[in-house]
Amino acid sequence: MDWLVLSDAEWTAIHLSLRISVVAMLASLPFGILVAMALARGRFWGKSLLNGIVHLPLILPPVVTGFILLILFGRRGPVGSFLSDWFGIVLSFRWTGAALACAVMGFPLMVRSIRLSIEAVDRRLEEAAGTLGASPLWVFATVTLPLILPGVIAGMILSFAKAMGEFGATITFVSNIPGETQTLSAAIYTFTQVPGGDLGAMRLTIVAIVISMAALLASEFMARLVGRRIEVE
Amino acid sequence: MSLIVEARHRLGRFSLDAGFTSQCGVTALFGRSGSGKTSLLRIIAGLTAPDEGRVSLDGDVLVDTAAGRFVPCHRRRFGYVFQEARLFPHLTVRKNLGYGRWFSPKAARGDDLARIVDLLGIEALLERRPSNLSGGEKQRVAIGRALLSDPRLLLMDEPLAALDEERKAEILPYLERLRDETSVPIVYVSHSVAEVARLADHVVVLEAGKIRATGSAADILGDASVSIAAERRETGALLEGTIRSIDDSNGLTTVVLKTASLLIPGHHDIGRRVRVHIPARDVLLATARPEGISALNILEGTVAGLKAGSGETMDVSVDCGGDVIQSRITRFSTERLGLKIGSPVYAIVKTVAFERP
Repeated sequence: MDWLVLSDAEWTAIHLSLRISVVAMLASLPFGILVAMALARGRFWGKSLLNGIVHLPLILPPVVTGFILLILFGRRGPVGSFLSDWFGIVLSFRWTGAALACAVMGFPLMVRSIRLSIEAVDRRLEEAAGTLGASPLWVFATVTLPLILPGVIAGMILSFAKAMGEFGATITFVSNIPGETQTLSAAIYTFTQVPGGDLGAMRLTIVAIVISMAALLASEFMARLVGRRIEVE
Repeated sequence: MSLIVEARHRLGRFSLDAGFTSQCGVTALFGRSGSGKTSLLRIIAGLTAPDEGRVSLDGDVLVDTAAGRFVPCHRRRFGYVFQEARLFPHLTVRKNLGYGRWFSPKAARGDDLARIVDLLGIEALLERRPSNLSGGEKQRVAIGRALLSDPRLLLMDEPLAALDEERKAEILPYLERLRDETSVPIVYVSHSVAEVARLADHVVVLEAGKIRATGSAADILGDASVSIAAERRETGALLEGTIRSIDDSNGLTTVVLKTASLLIPGHHDIGRRVRVHIPARDVLLATARPEGISALNILEGTVAGLKAGSGETMDVSVDCGGDVIQSRITRFSTERLGLKIGSPVYAIVKTVAFERP
C-alpha cells in the first residue's frame, strides 16, 4: 500500500487548500449576511443590480471571473495598486489571492442560502422582541440570527465546498505555484499533465472525496442540531 | 396614570381619526373588526408611526408629530400581547419569560418571576419549548413575558381571539387576577362584549376609525345604541355583585347585586366582586310569577324604559330594586302584555345564559 503515502508536496497542497477554503468562507461570512439582509429586506435603488453582481460569478465562466479579478486586483489594477501602495497588501500570485478568488466564487451560493432563511423568518417575532425593549441590533442578535442559523451554516458549507473545488478562477488569477497557490484541484491537474502522475492524482482524489464527505456530514449534523432547537411554531 | 392618545392615520382606503384619554385600570378599545382598534393600539405601542398625532403617558410625550418627536417602540417600555402568542421558538418558556428583563432598567424590576409564574399558572411549562404548548398555554406565557419586561402600560390586542371557547374560559380568570393584582394599567382591544364586560373599567367604542362613545363599562354596555358597534345580539346589562354562597353539589354560585340575587354557574370565591353580563335576548318577561319553570332566576321589578329597536324588536329595561336588567322582546309581545313604564313585571333569566364559565 505504499502508493497511498502522500508526499510532502501533496501534503502542502492539501494543507493550502484547507487554509484557503476556511479563510475564504470565514472572511466572506459577514459580507454574505449583510448582502443577504439587504437583498431580503432592503428597499433601495439598484437592488436588482446588486443581485446581478452577486450572482455573476455563478453564471460567468470561472476563467472570466479570474481574469476580471486579475484586472482589478493585479499589482497594476485599480484596486490592487491601491491595496499595495497604501496597505502593502499584495493579492496576485499569493495564497490570499486564491482565497479571494474562492470567496468570490462561493459568494452567490452563500448569499442565496442565507437570503432564503432570512425571508422565512416570521417578522412578527422581531416586532414582539421590539415591544419587549430590544433595539434593532439586539433583535437581530437574539432573534433573527438564531432563527437563520441553519441557513447560515448551509451557506458556509456551500461556500467551503465551492472553495475546495474551485479551479478556473484561481488558476487564472493567482496561477499554479507549488507551496503558494497550488491547491488540491490545481495539484491534481498538474499530476495529470506529467507522465506517471496518475498515482499522485489518485491519492489526491481520494483525499478530496474524504474532505467533501466530511464537510457534508458535518453540515448535516449541525443542521440537525440547530433544527432540533428551532421548530417553527 | 393618564394616557392621552390622539391620532390621524391613513392606511390605504381606511382612515383613522381617533383620540381618547384613559386613567388607571383596564380601558377597552371596543368595536367590530376593521374599526381601527388594532391600528390605534399599534400607534400607542410605537409599531406604527401616525401621520399626525400625539401620544403621552403621565406627561412623558412619546409621539408628537407637530414637534417631530417619535420614541421608538423598544424605548417606550409598553408591554404588548398580540393576538397570536409570538413566542420565540428557539428559546424555552423560561427564557421567553426572561427576554424582556435583559432590556429593562434594573431599578424598574418590580415583579419577580415566581410571582408572575404563579399568577398565570405556568410553573409546569418553564423548561418546555413553545412548539409543544397548547394555544391557551402559549397565550399565558406571552402575557407573562410582557409583564416581566416591567411595562409602564400593558397593551393587549384581542389576546383571546385566536382561541376556542374552552381556552378563553381558561385564560379569562387569569386576566381578572392580573387586573386585580398588578398595578399596571391595561389597554385591551376586543370585539367581544363578554370579554369587555368582565374586564374593562372604562370603554372606548370605535366605529369606522372614529370614536363613537366613551364611558364606564356599565354605561356603555347597557346602552343598546352603542352596541351596534359590536354584534347587536350581544346587547345586555352589565351588573356588579358579590359572591354570597356556593352550592358545590350543583355547581352553582349565588351573586348578590344591589338588592336582587342571581344563581350563576361555576365555582367562585366567596366575597369576591364579580361582574355578570346578561344578554338582553336571553331575558324573558312575564306579568305574573311563573310556576313550574326550569329557569332559576325570577326577578321582580317594574318597567323602567321602553325603546324600539330595529325592525320588530323592543328593548325593555326592568328595574329590579336598583339593578336594571335589559330584555329584548318583540313589539308584538310588548302590546300583548300591555307593558308601559311602571308596569310590574317578572324578569326571567336562565342560569345557563350567563357567560361566566
